[in-house]
Order: sequence, then structure tokens, then C-alpha cells
Amino acid sequence: MSHSPKAAISAVESRFKVLSKTEFRGETSLSLAPEVIAEACLFCRDELGFNFLTDLSGLDHFGEDPRFEVVYELYNMERGEWLRLKVRVSEDQPEVPTVTGVWATADWHEREAFDMYGIRFTGHPDLRRILMWDGYPFHPLRKDFPLGGKPSEMPDVAFSEAAPLQGGPFVTTPSTATTKDREPRARS
Amino acid sequence: MAELAPVAYDSKIEGNVIFTQLDAAMNWMRKNSLWPMPMGLACCAIELMASASARFDIARFGSEVMRFSPRQSDVMIVAGTVTYKMALAVKRVWDQMPEPKWCIAMGACASSGGMYRSYSVLQGIDHLIPVDVYISGCPPRPEALIEGLMRLQRKIEKEPAFYEQKRALLEDLAG
Repeated sequence: MSHSPKAAISAVESRFKVLSKTEFRGETSLSLAPEVIAEACLFCRDELGFNFLTDLSGLDHFGEDPRFEVVYELYNMERGEWLRLKVRVSEDQPEVPTVTGVWATADWHEREAFDMYGIRFTGHPDLRRILMWDGYPFHPLRKDFPLGGKPSEMPDVAFSEAAPLQGGPFVTTPSTATTKDREPRARS
Repeated sequence: MAELAPVAYDSKIEGNVIFTQLDAAMNWMRKNSLWPMPMGLACCAIELMASASARFDIARFGSEVMRFSPRQSDVMIVAGTVTYKMALAVKRVWDQMPEPKWCIAMGACASSGGMYRSYSVLQGIDHLIPVDVYISGCPPRPEALIEGLMRLQRKIEKEPAFYEQKRALLEDLAG
């Protein structure tokens, strides 16, 4: 059940410059500039009642400019409303102001986005990697990072090797065919 | 009817003395008291716990004493996905186990990385430590683990337990 928060959307639109607005199956996404995102989140929390940050995630639009995107999934516990905010940042300067001051839960989410995509959250109190070890040289969810990984070595801490893909990567083929034809396989 | 008198049979001794080879005796003791080091890293660890519990009961094979100290264990059961972040920790625990020691790779992940053909997962614990028994399954059922344990017991039976150590000792003394 999605309740599109029309009042909240128009409030955000009148207060901040919305770069783009998309609606899909009753869900609304508002794209904002990186400079205003922290302020917009604070506005959403205090004025519009979005008191819960469900998720904060990174995206890599490889080949496009700006390349990276950060997505904020906001939820209003009182009214049961969802709102999605988005921010695009370029590869040259992948910096987004932190929202840890707005929702404390953003701390670990932002660390994950930093770990996986290399997006830096300015003002974050403790921007370390959260999944990979400190000193791992890559950002593994970037689109130009190979699926099987790359070799790396950090003595006494950890190492990594490239996984054999045996003709992969494994590709799923969406269709109405049987599982045998749809399931992830190496397709050359 | 001629009387069948047992020759050189002393009932007082026969009950307490076993004539065998030293290797066989040592292996017999070792294989029936394999204390596991439960290296539970993912869902296989749940099946490992089920194997230890009353329904499957690996105590029947002498392996009920799960030791969370590597210094008191004989067999490391690597149960689950070994990530690169965890890999050297597993190796370190293995290095702290005293000889003789064995390793069971339980499940697809520990054996080969399983479905994780990934940047983050070690493609089989045998990249780091020698594995004696591989168990297939995702996760394997407790019966499979017990089968693996019994195979390990059969393997230990055939090991030259004492002979190898004696030879190594003699080589040490000579060199």
C-alpha cells in the first residue's frame, strides 16, 4: 500500500529546486542538488514528519554523467507515507553532504555506500569501510569492477583473488520460458 | 568327545589386554574422540548444531565435545562461507590447533566458494588449509556431516600415526 504524499511533495517542490520528478506505480522520486540534500532531509523530517530513513543506497550509472547517485528512502510513521529523494554526483567529485545529523541510522548506510561505490559523505563522523577491510583498494559494486573481483594483498589483514567465472558472468534471461532457460547461466 | 581346552587363555588378562599394532591402537583412540573446532560461518553452522543435538547426536561417534578453543580440538569443521575478510582468521585458528589435526570442509561454500563466485568470498578453504573431507550440500544435512565424519574416521584408521612421527624424529636426530 503506497500512499503518495502529495502535500509533502508540493512542500518540497516549493521549498527546494527539484531537478526532476518521476512517478512510477504511485511512488514519487524527487531529484535534488547535492548542496541542499541535508537541508531537504531535515525539512522532510521536522516539517513533513518523515521520521524514518528506511534505506540509503548508492547507484552507479556507468557511462553517464553525473555517474553516481544516492537514493534516500523516507518513511512517515504517522501517516504511512513514502518519499524517495535522489542526488546525482559526478565521478570527479563524488561528494554528498552527510545526513547522519538528521537520522543517526544514515551512519552505517553511508559507510556502505562509501565502501561499495567510493561516494564520500562530507561531514560524516566516521567514514570508514564497513564491509571490506580497511586498506582494500577497490570499490566493488562499481560497474567497471569485474564480477569475480580483483587480486589484492594486505599482509596479516586480508587478501583477495579473482574468482574463476568459467565462461561467466552468469546472465539471467527474463521471459516466460521454463526455469532452465531463465536461470543464471554462462551465456556466450 | 574330546575336550576343547583353550590354549594360553587367561580370562583375567584377556578382558583387559589387546594385542595390536601401536599405530592401530593410537588411530583407534584418535578416531573415536575427534573433538571438533566448530568454525561456523554461515547456515551450515545451523546444520552443524543440529548434528550435535539430540536427534542426530554426533556423540555417538565421539565428536560431541565442541571446543571453542583451537588448542583443545582435533578436527576443524569449516561450516559456511569463508569471506576474504574472515579467511586469515580461519587460518590463524587452524595454525593454533595442535597436531594431529584434520579438516572437514562442510558444504559447497567451504569446499569451493559455492554460489559465491564473488569478489568477497574465498573460493574454497583448501586455498589456505589442507582439507581431509569435503561434504557436498547447501547446506548438507546432518546425515551428510555424520557420513563425512565416518569417512574421516576411516581415513584416520589407515594413517601411519606413529610411524611417520618416529621417522620425522629420526630424521631430526640425524640431520
